[in-house]
Amino acid sequence: MKRLFCFLALMVAVILVGCGKSDFSDAERKTIASLALNTLPSLKPDTTNRFADVPAAAALGSTLFFDLGMSRDGTVSCSTCHKIDRQFQDDLPQALGVGRTNRRTMPLAGVAHDPWFFWDGRRDSLWAQALTPLENPLEQAGNRTAYAHYIKARFGERYERIFGPLPDFAGIPLNASPLGNDAERAAWNAMSDAQRDAINRVFANIGKAIAAFERSIEPAQTRFDRFALDLATGAEPKSDAVFTREEILGLKLFIGKANCVTCHNGPRFTDNGFHNTGVPPVADLPPDRGRVDAVAQVEADPFNCFGAYRDGDVSACGELRFMVKDAPELVRAYKTPSLRGAATRPPYMHAGQFSSLDEVVAHYAKAAASVRGTTEIHPLQLSDRERAALVAFLKTLSE
Amino acid sequence: MLGKQAFLRHSVFPQAGGTRSTRPSVIRRRGTGLASIWRYLLAGLGLAALLVGVLAVVYLTAPQSAQLAGPDLSRTKKTDNGLYMASFVPERGVVRQGELESWLLTLKTKTGASVERAAIAISGGMPQHNHGLPTSPQVTDYLGDGRYRIEGLKFTMSGWWQVRFAISSGAGSDTVLFNVVL
Ligand code: HEC
Ligand code: HEC
Repeated sequence: MKRLFCFLALMVAVILVGCGKSDFSDAERKTIASLALNTLPSLKPDTTNRFADVPAAAALGSTLFFDLGMSRDGTVSCSTCHKIDRQFQDDLPQALGVGRTNRRTMPLAGVAHDPWFFWDGRRDSLWAQALTPLENPLEQAGNRTAYAHYIKARFGERYERIFGPLPDFAGIPLNASPLGNDAERAAWNAMSDAQRDAINRVFANIGKAIAAFERSIEPAQTRFDRFALDLATGAEPKSDAVFTREEILGLKLFIGKANCVTCHNGPRFTDNGFHNTGVPPVADLPPDRGRVDAVAQVEADPFNCFGAYRDGDVSACGELRFMVKDAPELVRAYKTPSLRGAATRPPYMHAGQFSSLDEVVAHYAKAAASVRGTTEIHPLQLSDRERAALVAFLKTLSE
Repeated sequence: MLGKQAFLRHSVFPQAGGTRSTRPSVIRRRGTGLASIWRYLLAGLGLAALLVGVLAVVYLTAPQSAQLAGPDLSRTKKTDNGLYMASFVPERGVVRQGELESWLLTLKTKTGASVERAAIAISGGMPQHNHGLPTSPQVTDYLGDGRYRIEGLKFTMSGWWQVRFAISSGAGSDTVLFNVVL
């Protein structure tokens, strides 16, 4: 009998030690470590933009980013939508520039690590991306020759110190662009090839300066990162690096049963890919098919990696060269957003479809079918407690 | 994937609970009404605790790696209908996550001759997540001796990936599937 008792006690002890040993399995620890900010590789050089790491270019880019003069009517700059004190976004379901756009403003922390830009990835470099809002009639609504004239008038000297001499502006119309209104397009077509190329070059350099600035926008350390670092080093978590039971449960669900880490992986919580997650369209907006329509757009972009305005050699163009062009899974597929800072910047998704993280988690649990294409999300059995835990965990990425 | 695995592991404990509930039948089969009920209860409890304990030990000492009996990870394989021997090496030595990479694929016939001028189509994806490859890799070079350079592969997440090569040459058409676990 005594021996039985001893044995019993031993077994109970084994169980207790087992449970107390750790909250996480080795596999879980490995995944958690892979999400921590300290694993974010340093920014790779962008050989397609030889000014990417030139400080003077970044300084000019920052001026242009905040300059209201960089728009048709002098009321909109990049920072109108990408607000510096709001994680470079605007808290709106759809952005407001000269007009109302069809998509939500994307936050910019760490954006220079991405291979594709916009919710649908219709641009393949940060500098080519920056040119798009400048000429979009709903955003900054300007045109190419107007921007070139403006740069010469306002920033001519700064520009030339970085990029070399500006072209001859004799005979260059004040307003002309291949993407503008009828008059602007006609004016563009009336220009010589050499003139068009010279203006495109100035325009591309505007993008390259802005991109150089954007490379400095990096994500900040969060409570989660402090927790993950302590977990990895075996240090006893201190002060705010201590996770509550609820946050631990949320983290476990995120990397486990809820499968979030499938797409939201790595230190930026994104796989840089495109997925259909069944997010419903917004009723009064034009049809939006996501990635599948972006393929032709990025291929047609004269400022893409294969184009004449790329610096460096073509070996940098792997993403464009090997992109998936036609697959059913591209329909209503959108870029996986980073989840860093997400908790403090609702609304969510490509057109601000959800106004809270609770709604986001409910969406994932339900996994409704997509209006077009097929969602990659599978329904989840999540209790109320588990849903709240997921939200609690996401908040640790904003603190 | 990780989720499923963690989930399975945890279900070991409910199983242990189930064992405990079979205790009364064990007592009845022995058919001893004479002994004090308490002793049997204690013995039963002891047995249950023993089981839980053993399971706990097994659980705690079990290797924590993802695949206990994972997919075949060999990098050299006979193609599905046996027409070719195919083998690959990542050009940088290791398969990395999240970066474009290239592989060298070597094709030999059954008799060991190099396969020249093969047309190779590449597909694949993640069987557990129902999605294809995030890029469309292509053969970009023939290096001689049956070696082909495949560029544009990208594995965007950890887990089980499959890469399939559909090969056709004078020797006929065949396919081969390689598993990669990151
Ligand atoms: C009218 C508001 C508005 C203005 C002005 C604006 N943006 Fe945006 N930005 C957006 C919206 C909306 C998106 C997403 C659009 C889409 O997917 O179609 C976006 C996307 C981006 C992205 C892509 C981020 C990613 O993760 O893919 C970058 C980079 C960016 N903008 C930079 C800029 C720069 C640089 C400027 C100024 C030259 C600028 N934006 C001007 C609203 C704006
Ligand atoms: C199949 C890939 C995939 C999985 C799995 C996935 N997500 Fe997402 N997530 C996305 C994509 C793609 C978007 C953007 C969708 C859109 O805008 O239409 C997104 C958007 C979000 C957003 C909104 C962020 C923002 O800035 O708008 C949150 C929050 C989020 N996901 C959390 C989660 C959580 C929590 C889970 C697990 C329950 C999860 N995701 C699972 C791909 C995925």
